[in-house]
Amino acid sequence: MSAAFIQGIVVFVLASFVGFEIIRRVPPTLHTPLMSGANAISGITIVGAILAVTLMFVDDLSTLAVTAISILAFLAIVFAMINVVGGFLVTDRMLEMFKKVPGK
Amino acid sequence: MIELSFTEVLIALAYLAAGVLFILGLKGLTSPRTARKGNRMAAVGMLVAIIVVIFDLIAHDLVSAATGWAIIVGGIIVGGAIGAFLALRVQMVDMPQLVAAFNGFGGGASALVASAVIVGSDALLPAETGVTTALSLVIGALTLTGSMIAYAKLQGLIGGRPVAIPGGPATNAVIAGLLVILAVFAVVTNSPAAYWGATALALLLGVTAVLPIGGADMPVVISLLNSFSGLAAAMAGFTIGNQALIIGGALVGAAGMILTLDMSVAMNRSIPNILFSGFGGTVASDEEIGTKPVKRATAEDAAIALSYAQNVIVVPGYGLAVAQAQHAVRELATALEERGVNVEFAIHPVAGRMPGHMNVLLAEADVSYDKLLDLDQSNPKFGHTDVVLVIGANDVINPVAHTDENSPIYGMPVLDVEDAATVIVVKRSLSPGFAGIDNPLFYQDGTMMFFSDAKKALEDTVKAVNEL
Repeated sequence: MSAAFIQGIVVFVLASFVGFEIIRRVPPTLHTPLMSGANAISGITIVGAILAVTLMFVDDLSTLAVTAISILAFLAIVFAMINVVGGFLVTDRMLEMFKKVPGK
Repeated sequence: MIELSFTEVLIALAYLAAGVLFILGLKGLTSPRTARKGNRMAAVGMLVAIIVVIFDLIAHDLVSAATGWAIIVGGIIVGGAIGAFLALRVQMVDMPQLVAAFNGFGGGASALVASAVIVGSDALLPAETGVTTALSLVIGALTLTGSMIAYAKLQGLIGGRPVAIPGGPATNAVIAGLLVILAVFAVVTNSPAAYWGATALALLLGVTAVLPIGGADMPVVISLLNSFSGLAAAMAGFTIGNQALIIGGALVGAAGMILTLDMSVAMNRSIPNILFSGFGGTVASDEEIGTKPVKRATAEDAAIALSYAQNVIVVPGYGLAVAQAQHAVRELATALEERGVNVEFAIHPVAGRMPGHMNVLLAEADVSYDKLLDLDQSNPKFGHTDVVLVIGANDVINPVAHTDENSPIYGMPVLDVEDAATVIVVKRSLSPGFAGIDNPLFYQDGTMMFFSDAKKALEDTVKAVNEL
């Protein structure tokens, strides 16, 4: 197993714990924006989708493989961007409505 | 030790910054006051990550043809436009299906990244990367189709009732078993065909696993798929060796898992029970229901009881969301507040169609967020509440959850509205809720039943209050 992979596991486990500790404190009233906002964050796979385009330029790939990668990468970018832009925008729309109306 | 170039160090640190911004963004969501800022911080983190990856491609000259750039720029524009269109157009009441669809796109994107890696490397992956690629592929594919079915159910494209699949849960178990075998085989043998076979089974399992789940259980399903979309991204992060994906994916995986557990506790059911029993659509026979006497109320009765109360708590349920009555209930609250009545809202965790959905609907109607009480905040208050107004809720206020050990909802956390002096229940009829259980609260002395559509009942009551 490579050092980078082990390092990845360390990061994954620590990030999961940080996530649990922070998100446990999100009040139920914000659970829907939490979900749509978290959803937008899962759009981080956009980075993977963009990097996937570079696989097209790997040496010795058949034309078919190059075409397949270009289609898969394009769809991955589109899907991830829907997630990113849609997720953050809709969360912002919702949170804008959460106001404290001054009592009388 | 391999020394990294300045550019590589910069790139690695920028990804770290993106991860930190995600964490700070989620931390902002722990209070309504800071939530909007938090969401924007997370969005900035995402922007940083996208700029960095493009910088990486340019700095290392990784895209050697114009077609590559066309795919990247074209994909960003097309996806961004679709996302913006969906986000700006959606009605708040339709939020659950939009989030379901977004979950699907996220999972699908991760599965597509894994697919490109398999094609590009001709499956010559080191074993550990093979495992994460397979996981990303399988979890992502399952999330994609499962979310599409959840979307179709919530949007009403297919009935919300559980759809029986041939063979029942056993079929799903067989598909899942074959899926695991094929995925292990793919990793061990580096066979692309086995990867594609496992993907096909995962796509199928997403459909067959979600179809039998009833509409009322959708909050759990969406939460779980949310978690999966994060896990799929984290696994893709291992495959391409990118820590921003691992951090972001782990955070989302944790968020979805917490919400899933919350929902299953609020429904008093285990996650396997929700996923495999098709319970969320059972309807009891109407036979023994509706024969016992109840006290009926009109809009005028409700108006008098509410207007002369000191403390009123409104319990909105699924029926309020369906009737789109959030604005009407806000008008009633305003009318009562003008008469000096203190009005608050008690919201059960499964009141809407997804966690927190009711809060969003009430916020949309300009109800102040400090008036929205959760389960733990509201239960101690019912004892000194004069009137509780229940709108379109049933199981979440059913006292048998405390008293009847044989009841399917025994032990489920409920709102103890029976502690209040008077309870007014707005409901279409005496029919039971989705659990199909009669509610003894309806026959109690302090309870008045107001049979009507939620929206009409509220509008009539506002009118009656204003005429007093």
